[in-house]
Amino acid sequence: MGFIELLQSIIPTALFYSAPLIFTALGGVFSERSGVVNIGLEGLMVMGAFVGIVFNLTFADVFGAWTPWLSIAVAMVISALFSVIHAVASVSFRADQVVSGVAINFLALGLGVFLTKQWYDKGQTDMVSQPFYTTDVPLLADIPIIGPIFFQGIYITSYVAIVLALIAWYILYKTPFGLRLRAVGEHPMAADTNGINVYKLRYVAVIISGAMGGLGGAVFALTIALNFSHATIVGQGFMALAAVIFGKWHPLGAMGAALFFGFAQSLSVIGAGIPFLADVPQVFLLIAPYVLTILALAGFIGRAEAPRANGDPYIKGSR
Amino acid sequence: MKKRKFLLFFAVIASFSMVLAACGTSNDKEADKGSEKGESTDYSAAIVTDEGGVDDKSFNQSSWEGLKAWGEEHGLSKGNGFDYAQSSDESDYLPNLTRMTKEGYDLIFGVGFLLQDSITKVAKQNPETNYAIVDTVVEAPNVASLTFAEHEGSFLAGVAAAMKTKTNKLGFIGGVDSDLINKFEAGFVAGAKSVNPAIEIDIQYVGNFSSAADGKLIATRMYNDDADIIYHAAGAAGNGVFAQAKDIKQNDPERDIWVIGVDRDQHEEGKIGDHNVTFTSMVKRVDLSVQKVSNMGLEGDFPGGKILEFGLSDDGVFLAKTNEDAITDEIVSAVDDWKEKIIKGDVDVPQTRDELKTFEESL
Repeated sequence: MGFIELLQSIIPTALFYSAPLIFTALGGVFSERSGVVNIGLEGLMVMGAFVGIVFNLTFADVFGAWTPWLSIAVAMVISALFSVIHAVASVSFRADQVVSGVAINFLALGLGVFLTKQWYDKGQTDMVSQPFYTTDVPLLADIPIIGPIFFQGIYITSYVAIVLALIAWYILYKTPFGLRLRAVGEHPMAADTNGINVYKLRYVAVIISGAMGGLGGAVFALTIALNFSHATIVGQGFMALAAVIFGKWHPLGAMGAALFFGFAQSLSVIGAGIPFLADVPQVFLLIAPYVLTILALAGFIGRAEAPRANGDPYIKGSR
Repeated sequence: MKKRKFLLFFAVIASFSMVLAACGTSNDKEADKGSEKGESTDYSAAIVTDEGGVDDKSFNQSSWEGLKAWGEEHGLSKGNGFDYAQSSDESDYLPNLTRMTKEGYDLIFGVGFLLQDSITKVAKQNPETNYAIVDTVVEAPNVASLTFAEHEGSFLAGVAAAMKTKTNKLGFIGGVDSDLINKFEAGFVAGAKSVNPAIEIDIQYVGNFSSAADGKLIATRMYNDDADIIYHAAGAAGNGVFAQAKDIKQNDPERDIWVIGVDRDQHEEGKIGDHNVTFTSMVKRVDLSVQKVSNMGLEGDFPGGKILEFGLSDDGVFLAKTNEDAITDEIVSAVDDWKEKIIKGDVDVPQTRDELKTFEESL
């Protein structure tokens, strides 16, 4: 297998593996940049996966080919509403943000599995009939070398993820809203004295993270798992959280980290088919993603500095 | 600063384990509500599931259906003669088994080889209760081991796949590289090579039974490498195999892409429009075995300490023929021929990689 063929098999798989992580990690970046720790990403993903699958199963006949897109939109809305719980607890009531996030994780999984039992009378739903399918991007797919690597057999959602990362970067770093959001996360009192409504901004940030987490979960469910059960989202939310920290709370960094996870995972699987890696015992390939992550974290990333007010509830007037 | 990060790390770990623990308690409650009346004078039986739960559409569900059928046959109802306890992770096995024992069930099934250690312990502590383990062997006088001739069923799957393939390349995706899954692998390879010794079989293990994403990655690679039929023995990770097969079919309806399902008939999973990518499934009748052993217990001749193997001869394993468009009469008759040969003992199907080597040399 030549190098080009190798890239052709690794990159599309890495992209589909990473997409849900990118979405969710972007949500994490928004929330944490505003100073609200969001351990609840896992729960928000569960919620998104559940809503996405249920909507898809229910309305597949009505909306036809548009069903998956509507499913992820509905999943975003419901997860955004769901994340309000986290916002109320941690911003208005100044509860410990970690505890509140953990509560989100409990609640989402419990609710998802419970409602599945109630509505479908079994522990997992059927497979959806209208999932996302891969496509070739018109025109771009015909470019030699690059076309087959990046534009053939790709889930559109992977590109949506990358575009959203760019948009998130623009919003956070190039708009007044982004500046205020970051200010609230670094020094809420200074922001407050400048007339910025700290509470409102934190609410908005947490709700954005809810929508993005829901999007990530729904995309995972509709591209990879195709059904919902207690085992659909197991740890992806925490991987996204790791990507947030790995990417130094920067949208493009988080995207890079998520892509790196996908790339490492894909390499470990595809590796079995590469001639010079074929003789390596499978165990080493299986642990490769984790070893690569540790090496990258220890060696190349340097110090990860969290937003200064991350995790601290803001109390007006206190010093 | 440092302290906070440390706390955060702890919180992540703690929340992870709490999520898992939470599943455990909620399930326990559910099982509790039906089983208060454990002191039935009649014979009673219960199952303890592994992580899949009683509705995993796989062997946990199948065992539960077997037990339900047995209960209904004898006029019992759930919680009154038979019941289940669901485990959501490894730490639930022992408590669940102990609880069911204390509730006075006469016969308790542990579903899945993951419960092997727990059953061994509980059986030793409670010599007067009978236990049965599905899918593996526990050596104790009060434990019956229910095993299946997966290698025989897989052999037939291999025969069918070798006749169906156009690229002469097959794939096998296993869950965890263990003795049990090696039986599937050895049987499948032996069956395929019996039809066509030159056939290529690509074998890879996921490393677990739950990661659909990894299953999909592996399936992508195999289909890209020209395999046209993949046999998966990877539980929920196999969902990813179906997802990938359907995706290829969607983009290129002309291409022949098949999946062979496992444990039960996975016909439903393969549906895409008018096509179906499920070629066939290697079905294990766990329900029959559970029903049979419960009846043996009821009649007072519980096969304690024995290993029961359910194979092709008693329909303990068989090949599903639901997808009639795919599994043609020619293939069916060839499969039936080989089945006869195996039942008669003309073919000794290998169960391990070593036996497979000898088998291949003898071809």
